[in-house]
Amino acid sequence: MQLVYFSRVREQIGCGEETIDQPNTVQTVADLIAFLSARGQNYATALADMSFIRVAVNQVHVPINHPVSNHDEVAFFPPVTGG
Amino acid sequence: MASISVQPQDFDISAELTALRGTNHNIGAIVTFTGTVRDINASLKSMSLEHYPGMTEKELQRIAEEAEARWPLLACRIIHRYGTLAPGDNIVFVITASPHRKAAFEAAEFLMDFLKSKAPFWKKETTTEGHGSWVDAKESDEAALKRWIP
Repeated sequence: MQLVYFSRVREQIGCGEETIDQPNTVQTVADLIAFLSARGQNYATALADMSFIRVAVNQVHVPINHPVSNHDEVAFFPPVTGG
Repeated sequence: MASISVQPQDFDISAELTALRGTNHNIGAIVTFTGTVRDINASLKSMSLEHYPGMTEKELQRIAEEAEARWPLLACRIIHRYGTLAPGDNIVFVITASPHRKAAFEAAEFLMDFLKSKAPFWKKETTTEGHGSWVDAKESDEAALKRWIP
């Protein structure tokens, strides 16, 4: 799956995008967050407070119980501040 | 019918108005909103706007179509800039046209309320001393959506 990060999340993780193979344990966005957080302190820090994280799957806003598959583009970012 | 532009360059409000009016004489009311870079403490050097290419356009289109479904609009256009902007620069422009003013006013407010909470843009301010910080989202922006939910 394609992972993309924006704003503060991108800076804290240290990259804007990466591709991973979907692990067996990852069926939902919440599973993916747990998987990434165990990968390194940068991910754990960036994704620690989910009240400040928004998620999009295939460029549509979703809640964290949304399912994910290996073909998906999953984005993590802070609450938006445009306008 | 809705028209969306996400672009680094500035926009010309007068030219946008002229283009939107065209020769459509059913239009009786046009509302425009322009959002600009604010520098209340005279300490802002620049503001950079990051966005999510692809999702930004889709989300703005979705919001505009929702407005067109709710109000009898004859035209609807959103322009949002990204990149590095200076104090006073234009950021966002919304224009709605309708036979009567109420629909045009309400639709323009609806578009801005949803854009502020749903369109994937993030602002980072750099002060004249060179300090950079991300702008935090406001709870009042999220609350502004509630009045549009039946």
